[in-house]
Amino acid sequence: MQKIIAALDQRRTDARLGGGQKRIDAQHGKGKLTARERLEVLLDPGSFEEYDMFVTHRAVDFGMNENIIPGDGVVTGWGTINGRITYVFSQDFTVFGGSLSETHAQKICKIMDLAVQNGAPVIGLNDSGGARIQEGVAALGGYAEVFWRNVQASGAIPQISVVMGPTAGGAVYSPAMTDFIYMVKDTSYMYVTGPDVVKTVTSEIVTHEELGGASTHTKVSSVADAAFDNDIETLLEVRRLFDFLPLSAADKPPAVAVNDTIDRAESSLDTLIPDSANKPYDMREVILKIADEGDFLEIQKDHAGNILVGFIRLNGSTVGVVANQPLVLAGCLDINSSKKAARFIRFCDAFSIPILTLVDVPGFLPGVAQEYGGIIKHGAKLLFAYAEATVPKVTVITRKAYGGAYDVMASKHIRADVNYAWPTAEIAVMGAKGATEILYRSELGDKDKIAKRTADYEARFANPFVAAERGFIDDVIMPHGTRRRVARAFETLKNKKAVIPLKKHGNIPL
Amino acid sequence: MFSSLLIANRGEIACRVIRTAKRMGIRTIAVYSYADRDAVHVKLADEAVHIGGSAARDSYLSIEKIVAACKATGAEAVHPGYGFLSENAAFPAALEKEGIIFVGPPVKAIEAMGDKITSKKLAAAAGVSTVPGHMGLIDDAEHAVAISRTIGYPVMIKASAGGGGKGMRIAHTDAEAREGFERSKSEAASSFGDDRIFIEKFVTEPRHIEIQLIGDQHGNVLWLNERECSIQRRNQKVIEEAPSPFLDAATRKAMGEQSVALAKAVGYTSAGTVEFIVDKDRNFYFLEMNTRLQVEHPVTELITGLDLVELMFLAAAGEKLPLTQADVGINGWAIESRIYAEDPFRNFLPSTGRLTRYRPPAENLVQAPFIRNDTGVSEGSEIATYYDPMIAKLCTWAPTRTEAIDAMEVALDEFELEGVGNNIPFLSAVMGQERFRSGRLTTGYIAEEFPNGFSGVAPDAESLTHLAALACTSAFALDKRLYPMTPEPRAVIIGDQRWDFSVHADGIEYWLTQPDGKKLLVESGWKPGMSLCIARVDGRLHHVKLDRVTGGFRLRWRGADLVAKVLLPHVADLMPVMPVKLPPDLSKFLLCPMPGQIVRIDVAEGDIVEDGQTLAIVEAMKMENVLKAEKRAKISKVRVKPGSVLAVDEVILEFEAV
Repeated sequence: MQKIIAALDQRRTDARLGGGQKRIDAQHGKGKLTARERLEVLLDPGSFEEYDMFVTHRAVDFGMNENIIPGDGVVTGWGTINGRITYVFSQDFTVFGGSLSETHAQKICKIMDLAVQNGAPVIGLNDSGGARIQEGVAALGGYAEVFWRNVQASGAIPQISVVMGPTAGGAVYSPAMTDFIYMVKDTSYMYVTGPDVVKTVTSEIVTHEELGGASTHTKVSSVADAAFDNDIETLLEVRRLFDFLPLSAADKPPAVAVNDTIDRAESSLDTLIPDSANKPYDMREVILKIADEGDFLEIQKDHAGNILVGFIRLNGSTVGVVANQPLVLAGCLDINSSKKAARFIRFCDAFSIPILTLVDVPGFLPGVAQEYGGIIKHGAKLLFAYAEATVPKVTVITRKAYGGAYDVMASKHIRADVNYAWPTAEIAVMGAKGATEILYRSELGDKDKIAKRTADYEARFANPFVAAERGFIDDVIMPHGTRRRVARAFETLKNKKAVIPLKKHGNIPL
Repeated sequence: MFSSLLIANRGEIACRVIRTAKRMGIRTIAVYSYADRDAVHVKLADEAVHIGGSAARDSYLSIEKIVAACKATGAEAVHPGYGFLSENAAFPAALEKEGIIFVGPPVKAIEAMGDKITSKKLAAAAGVSTVPGHMGLIDDAEHAVAISRTIGYPVMIKASAGGGGKGMRIAHTDAEAREGFERSKSEAASSFGDDRIFIEKFVTEPRHIEIQLIGDQHGNVLWLNERECSIQRRNQKVIEEAPSPFLDAATRKAMGEQSVALAKAVGYTSAGTVEFIVDKDRNFYFLEMNTRLQVEHPVTELITGLDLVELMFLAAAGEKLPLTQADVGINGWAIESRIYAEDPFRNFLPSTGRLTRYRPPAENLVQAPFIRNDTGVSEGSEIATYYDPMIAKLCTWAPTRTEAIDAMEVALDEFELEGVGNNIPFLSAVMGQERFRSGRLTTGYIAEEFPNGFSGVAPDAESLTHLAALACTSAFALDKRLYPMTPEPRAVIIGDQRWDFSVHADGIEYWLTQPDGKKLLVESGWKPGMSLCIARVDGRLHHVKLDRVTGGFRLRWRGADLVAKVLLPHVADLMPVMPVKLPPDLSKFLLCPMPGQIVRIDVAEGDIVEDGQTLAIVEAMKMENVLKAEKRAKISKVRVKPGSVLAVDEVILEFEAV
């Protein structure tokens, strides 16, 4: 018996060494942790249970039959984050460069199947050179098996991808179909084709970092949701994100015993809105002052800054926030901000996370670039996502809510449950100046007349009361009481039931 | 006593005056500019009158508008505060015409003291010690030497038209006087086109010490002891105290009596201040007299127990002062810190914006140490560029100077102020300096102690361990809330130092055991969401500002601004593997110094720029800020376009060395 146990220990020790000490040192030399070290950072200590440690590939070509490493380049299993279960896989760059083989894929598929069956999230730590070339189509098949499972799991369980090294070609599509992608600055990149191929095909010369680094994907492409300084910070931030999320679509968002009262008044919000409609202010301050303990986890912070999205807690429970940001592009809706918010709303709706919308929107961004880029279709995504969402929706209009953008931003008409407005709200088809210029075109030459018309329009429409008279706004609330009113509104919606017509699925304008 | 009072001022001093008036049952009327429409002083007063645009000349400096406001509201008296119209003789004259009482000295006294040369002559005539000097023409170098000898070395030779140190020389010997005279004369001629030179005594290790006076209309003038205001930055007072740690009773009395003599000579009434420069041998010389209530008057109030504003009201109403010189004493010690909207980490660049958080320490005038905070803002107030950048005057009082400084350190630690850059870390740094604590002050203190500017304070070893312990218990409380089974060991990393603790929590008590078995007891009431951690570590009380960052906290305490990572030990063990990220070399970039919009970019890629050349203009808060090159360089990249809206520290241009 003793001997047998010793043999098992030896096998485990071998497997844990992955590609060997030399490769581990090389990984460390690049400032990166190994696959197993990453799991130790991500999961509660001692909670990780590994599956398929002894799995090996079955390839024989190109000398692969003589190059067999137990585990086959990916560490899989489950563990806990602050006591809550998650399934995990972590690609091991020290083993065949983390490349994906048929068996490597099978290991990932196994834990994905378990995650869906048991209602727990999957967190994938990606660090892989791509498909294992020696295996050819078997590896490609493996990718597709993972892709298919990503789609099956989508909306059933939260899926989080952490890109912690190279991710190229087919490998990018599994993360792309998960709910959130976090990247590590300077040591991770993802692209469909690398700089060499790009140079051959288009003659463009770019570095890995420029083409697919964290900065590119968080700012420009919006492929990634956030990026952090190093492996440890990134994994700690994944833990923080995980703490906000339910384990599955069947689960409720987690509740935390927060050290905050819902009737906390924030008198400084009463002076937030500037006198001039053209002067911006920071909507983030409103979010921070509404949120429990001022804690706001922002998603896609560096992309489409004209809209803010992220998670807060209210009365201890997770709430998704969508807010126009007047500091950037006056908070208008454009292609990028519409896509950003739409995707976030659909995530919240899929996982029973109520949505708080803070509105200060002058309208859609005009311009040839926007029209050619398909703002109609992309703006429709946001409208679709809001209208489709059946989770509790509470809306607060802080200032402008103009035109079609008013309708889009969780208005009563597309079934927000509770709609509030600050006294500073202006709910109208457009700003007073624009409106009078259209309505009184013939008087445009007469400055005084137009000024009077503008003043009249302002007096009539630059307030929340026209909407309130119609019941489109449930109440006009004092800014300082926003937290209390919003938190209480969500309390009334705890048991909201919504019926949707029988269908296979909607057809969001993709 | 008059029954209504208009306060022709804004901000903290308006609030300060209103408070005393209200206590005395006087109806208060505030005036405000457009920018101040939501200001605290407007809300505090019984009535408020809008008097014009945001610029001071359209509102607080307009005699006409303020007189009109008085008439409209029936104000019987006006308190001018400090600054604005307080020392403008035309203002009380205009009020007098309308039969309105001016809470301040007579017009003649203001006029007499308003002129530097007249006031000096009057002072000398009244027997006040003035800086020995020669104001007439100087024929030649030998004449200069003769004058210097009469005055006594060291002397300062300077251009009459001069300023900013140009054409200024200090001479300790005849030879230096001779050479200095020639050099100053030629520099003065070339710089100012005016080669007139004067010579005066050079005061070594000068201190700024001033005497507070109060007088009534019955010929009584009292001196209410001194204030020392030596801690100045670019002639702006930063920290004041009363009494001075330097004066002895004899000097104090001499200064007080001379000040009273001067006041009597000009028929002075109301509150006034005689400023002196004092050298290292306690020789004191008259500088000027301020014919108004001073910014730093609270320290005098704290050591004398008097309300200067109340005394000003009595004097203005023609009543007799309710005390005599014999009643005036010195009780304990008071310190004032001026909290300014300026960023000490950016060379004290003025900062504007919204006070997203403003939570001063609680005022307490009941039990020592006292805390007094004179302010005109509240959370959500806008700090605009139109007026003085002072946010608050934080004062502490205690029986001894050391206790008052200790109390100030705590009060500054407790002061929560976000949204606008501020000098709290700098004030904390001064409070912690041995030289300040021992009272070795001069007006050159800041320049001498911070020759390379301010970059934060490095706490001593014990304090750093305590900060690590606080970060540890706070992180533990956060973790424990989410996961009651969280393990007990923690590692704290600050900079390149690491502490290992095993945490045992029992209510607000945390026992932290270190690997060598040493234990630290932390008693902390901190709960998640709190931005201020008040805790004792091994009995020593700390007030530390905490902000959550990834894997730990940003800690602000006593002028230090640090990040503490609190990790499980096995995670901390992996930290050395993480790549060291050097901060980008900022000298290669022109960064946007404040949030604003690019108005203009004056250079193009490839341009060579010279030191001082204008590079770009950023508009912030309706103010245009000109950004200039700090050295010769080539513009390698222009990163933004005119019209771009930038956040602070966003890159505008990239430089290349040439």
